[in-house]
Amino acid sequence: MQYLLLIYANEAEMAGRTASAKASMTAEYTEFTKGIIQAGQFKAGDRLKPTSAATTVRVRNGQPATTDGPFAETREQLGGYYLVEAKNLDEAIAIAARIPGAKHGSIEVRPIWPPEA
Amino acid sequence: MNVSVVDRVVEEVFRREAGRVLATLIRLLGDFDSAEEARQEAFAAAMEQWAAAGVPANPCAWLIKTGRNKAIHRIRRDAVFRTKVQGREFASAEADAAAVLEEADDTTFGDDRLRLIFTCCHPALSGEAHVALTLREVCGLTTQAVARAFLVSEETMAQRLVRAKKKIRDAGIPYETPEPAVFNQRIHGVLAVVYGVFTEGYAVTTGTRLVDAELCGEAIRLGRLIDELLPSNPAVLGLLALMLLHDARRPARVSQHGDVILLEDQDRTLWNQAKIAEGLALVDRALNIAGQVSPYAVQAAIAALHVRARKKQDTDWPQIVGLYEVLLRLQPSPVVELNHAVAVSMVDGAARALNLVDSLAARGQVSEYHLLHAARGRFLQQLGRPIEAREAYRSALRFATLEPERRLLKARIADIDGRPAGARA
Repeated sequence: MQYLLLIYANEAEMAGRTASAKASMTAEYTEFTKGIIQAGQFKAGDRLKPTSAATTVRVRNGQPATTDGPFAETREQLGGYYLVEAKNLDEAIAIAARIPGAKHGSIEVRPIWPPEA
Repeated sequence: MNVSVVDRVVEEVFRREAGRVLATLIRLLGDFDSAEEARQEAFAAAMEQWAAAGVPANPCAWLIKTGRNKAIHRIRRDAVFRTKVQGREFASAEADAAAVLEEADDTTFGDDRLRLIFTCCHPALSGEAHVALTLREVCGLTTQAVARAFLVSEETMAQRLVRAKKKIRDAGIPYETPEPAVFNQRIHGVLAVVYGVFTEGYAVTTGTRLVDAELCGEAIRLGRLIDELLPSNPAVLGLLALMLLHDARRPARVSQHGDVILLEDQDRTLWNQAKIAEGLALVDRALNIAGQVSPYAVQAAIAALHVRARKKQDTDWPQIVGLYEVLLRLQPSPVVELNHAVAVSMVDGAARALNLVDSLAARGQVSEYHLLHAARGRFLQQLGRPIEAREAYRSALRFATLEPERRLLKARIADIDGRPAGARA
């Protein structure tokens, strides 16, 4: 089964950390990503630019409306994701728990709708 | 065998074996709904066939085999249908599935029931779902009975169950016992669900409902089952002991009028000695298993000390204080702090206890907890400060919701006012 692991964190708190804390986090992510690639679980993954770089598009009555910022103001913001292959939810949860961001924010684990047979 | 005898036998077998049969069928068939359907068909077949052929020597195995065969039959029949409608590929895949089913081993009941319990209590499901699924699927209660126990409509409970099973399917919650790395955590989740069911039945609600005793009974049954499947686990033994020791006091807890009778005022001759004996033995075992002490075992040890006292004056309060202090280190909470303060008042007097409660209140977060105000009231009364005590009881009354507790508080206020309890406060 495929799962999308959505990495949420409070951007302001994350931005406010020291340079060495940030470097440390980056190293942990590199390590983690290597690990799940080797385990054959990694399908995709990226870090996202912060919500200050986000734009939201909605089309209503045929009219596109574009606004500055994320789709909603939330206490934690989406900062990155992994798409993984896992046997079941327990395996996906185990992967999510090892994501470095899990210590500071929240990882949402969403099953991917299987492709139509 | 005549029909009504068969019906009764099948009903008894259902009560005893429904969980076990379902658990194995889920493993064999791969999902709750197919397994439930298969189990239903198996029990229906039992009603028809046991009258003529007699009850089989191993009813559980018979039911599993029958359920499985019915499911295989259905798969093959659907495969035939699909061939006619959609072509050959589906038919052969399903025939393979049926063949795998026929070969599968259906004798490891123990592991299956454990799998079922862990699945029903999976952390990815909501707390409500845990209780609903566990009572329905593991304990075999009807949806109606579970709904009644939780004061919701049958429709609401049915939907809760449907949503929970949908989550299991959609999210891929596995039908497995957890990996060693998370096993302890998951077991504590299961025990919390069992204890939740027990406290639901044990809490004094409006009057005494028969279903409350039944809920406690189911929780104890679950505790025994988990003990059977995971022997010598201190947390499991501790929880089972705790539940038995509490349940033993049930007959003495509520008066005929539905009033709360506090432990200190209970008629101890009404306590169930068999449950007490069993509970005491379990506490000893739980505390003697090496390793980290389980908070359930400590709570059970406290209950044991209360229960060992023939008369309330014989209660070993200093030991109880000590145990609450252990519990405070393991699992601090406002309730534990309050209970600790009450125990302290019995050893060191009300002044010291009042200080403890006031310091808890000062830390905030518990100002709406009626038991905190009730405890303050009690200590103030003991210290001969009736006006302040009355204020505290009135605060408690503002936040107390359960009718029997409210009556008790009003009675306390009436005592202070020197009035009979029934008069207006």
